[in-house]
Amino acid sequence: MATVTQSVSPRQDSGPSAGRKFLHGLGWFLAHTGSIIALAIAWEWLARSGLVTPFQLPTLSSVLERIWTNAMTGDLFINTAVTLYRAIAGFLIAAVVGVLLGMAMSRIAFVRWFFDPIVSVGFPMPKVAFLPVIILWLGVYDASKITMIVVDAAFPVITATIVGLRGVDQYLLWSARNMGASNRELLWQIALPAALPQIMTGLQVALPIALILAVFTEMVMGGYGLGGAMMQASRFADSRGVFAGILEIAVVGYVLVKAMAILRRRLLIWHQEAMAPSTV
Amino acid sequence: MKTLIRYLPLLILAVAWEAASRLQLVSSLALPPLSDVIVAWWDLLKSGELLTNGAASLWRASAGLFLAIVIGATLGIFMAWWRPVNVVLSPLVEALYPMPKSALIPVTVIWLGFGDGSKILLILLGCMLPVTIGAYNGARGCDQALVWSARSMGASRMRMLWDVVVPSATPELLNGIRTALALSFILLVSSELIVAREGLGYLIGTLGANGTYDAMYAVVLTVAFIGFAADRIYQVIQDRMLRWQQ
Repeated sequence: MATVTQSVSPRQDSGPSAGRKFLHGLGWFLAHTGSIIALAIAWEWLARSGLVTPFQLPTLSSVLERIWTNAMTGDLFINTAVTLYRAIAGFLIAAVVGVLLGMAMSRIAFVRWFFDPIVSVGFPMPKVAFLPVIILWLGVYDASKITMIVVDAAFPVITATIVGLRGVDQYLLWSARNMGASNRELLWQIALPAALPQIMTGLQVALPIALILAVFTEMVMGGYGLGGAMMQASRFADSRGVFAGILEIAVVGYVLVKAMAILRRRLLIWHQEAMAPSTV
Repeated sequence: MKTLIRYLPLLILAVAWEAASRLQLVSSLALPPLSDVIVAWWDLLKSGELLTNGAASLWRASAGLFLAIVIGATLGIFMAWWRPVNVVLSPLVEALYPMPKSALIPVTVIWLGFGDGSKILLILLGCMLPVTIGAYNGARGCDQALVWSARSMGASRMRMLWDVVVPSATPELLNGIRTALALSFILLVSSELIVAREGLGYLIGTLGANGTYDAMYAVVLTVAFIGFAADRIYQVIQDRMLRWQQ
């Protein structure tokens, strides 16, 4: 079955001259940044045109200036660090809890019986609705924020682990057992590595969720962090601060998601998917 | 009987909740007994508060989601169908996809105020990209042999788009819409919790602030149930629509 894959490989085997390589690279760069630059120019133009008030849309240059000021006073780094700390702490707890629970659910019948309906009902729920309840229990500091992140981010990890372990090739398990592997070796050396691509997919879903909830819980409860700072700006009708916050949050999200994709390629370098051309 | 055994754990949790609260194992302020929550839910329903706020929320979610599906699917299919659109848009999609959309809440409020408009815009912005990416991946994975044979049979470009590319993009597109459906509830509740004058999220916020926690729990469970039910209903529809694939 021939499927269309539009992968333009930057490295070509028949070596073109250095100049053509440079032109090719330049075109690649322009194609990939052109629309973002165009969007930036459109923003600046719209803000200066007088069609909108500076409150509705401050100029991009003034927003960048604000980000620079935030960076110079150190606020940007403190807020980024606080948000990242909460997001990553919640993500890591969710990853460990999710993988362990997924493993337990696929191996122990009783655990599966108990958690299966809870996971299948809990996964599609909008769990942010429980935020006021968690605030009621744990207050407005880190504990409740991280708990909210764990509650939300654990579900994709649990289901991905179950799906991954279920899909492990039976022949692999049989032949390993045949060669005298113990149950424990079977789990750690055969089943888990074979399930790793699926588990990584679950983690890749969970990471943005963790960041979203870190920002959102800060927006609701306040305190330091990128979301908190942006909400603070919004309360004082400081729209430059709001837009600066959005750009800062967007960049953090982009970097996190990219880093996760790179980590996946590193971890799965032995796997055949690493040979396939990447999409997005 | 089978379903009873399957969902027994949920019943056990409900009984444990009631018991823990009645036996004062936890403060009944932090966890009012489930029976009180059910009574409070009934009162909210009778007073009409649940219905008016629920209707406001559902209208926002469905309007935002509808716009997101129409715009997102069109965009995604055109990105796969026509190369220049892809070259222009895919870097934007890639840059904006990982951005936490709830961060846009203050901006949509600045633009459209506290009412319906800002929530619908937020849901549109947040839900569009998963639909776009689903439609794009689906249309891109369209079997090239099918396209060729349609062309050799003399199909016009528009006909090929409708009869070959769109149907083959449907499975991935429907998955994207499912993600968007879940996101729409999350964004709705998020934005209503932060700024709103009506809606279920607003109701949760005011009830919590008044300290009427049994009613707050009632609304929280209602929102959670609506989100869960919407996903299940969608799954049934999705299976129906993909029956031809088998």
